[in-house]
Amino acid sequence: MTLSLVDLLSWACLLGGGFFGIVGGIGLVRLPDLFTRFHAAGITDTLCTALIAIGLMLQSDSWLVSVKLLLILAFLFFTSPTSTHALAKAALHGKLKPLRYKGKEGASSST
Amino acid sequence: MSHAISVAVVLYGLWLLLSGHYVPLLLGLGVLSVLVVLFIATRMDVVDKEGYPVHLGPRALLYWSWLAWEIIKANLAVTRHILSPRLSISPTVVRVKATQKSELGKVIYANSITLTPGTVSIDIDGPYISVHALTRDFAADLRTGDMDRRVTDFVNEA
Repeated sequence: MTLSLVDLLSWACLLGGGFFGIVGGIGLVRLPDLFTRFHAAGITDTLCTALIAIGLMLQSDSWLVSVKLLLILAFLFFTSPTSTHALAKAALHGKLKPLRYKGKEGASSST
Repeated sequence: MSHAISVAVVLYGLWLLLSGHYVPLLLGLGVLSVLVVLFIATRMDVVDKEGYPVHLGPRALLYWSWLAWEIIKANLAVTRHILSPRLSISPTVVRVKATQKSELGKVIYANSITLTPGTVSIDIDGPYISVHALTRDFAADLRTGDMDRRVTDFVNEA
């Protein structure tokens, strides 16, 4: 059995999406507070979802299915920031203070 | 009125795409659904420039492709921070000014900030958006105002 180019691309996208999903999960565990964890969830919301959806689009054999996947992706990209913002606002309203970096100025990572 | 017609066309196109069955019964039900949705949307008063920003047109694609690239870059940066053994983060909260005049513009800007991992907009106060950044570098990047400028250009030149 030989892999077509489309299959190869599709698998690369799916595996990439899986990788970023795991990174998002690791981030949720490793990061110290709710506000920093949003950033890890942001990875799962954007690149992970997008790669998996694109990988699945390449796998589908009818373009109607691809369009549906594209619509799912579009709706996710519109709704996920809204829900993140609602969560953040609720947390602030509930008097949860974000952790702040207390190190020396400029001593932070300079990547 | 022209707005309503254009909404109806888009809605019916969406119905055709999602249904995939082109028989008279389903096509007719589609027309019925579009009319009901249009009626409700008109009563809710959301068929306007804000609820249906079609005037942004093709420039949306330009902005989205720029945003997509920013999102990919930010994803890789956050991934690096998460996987780095000493968890090199420096959480910061900054206030940035949104120069967009319309609420739609501000929403697009705030959502773009949140969509880019590493920065989350947590509060809006008049023209100012409070942003939580994972590291100082993300905050500094946002402070340059590049994204703000691009959103303003994208929304205003209608």
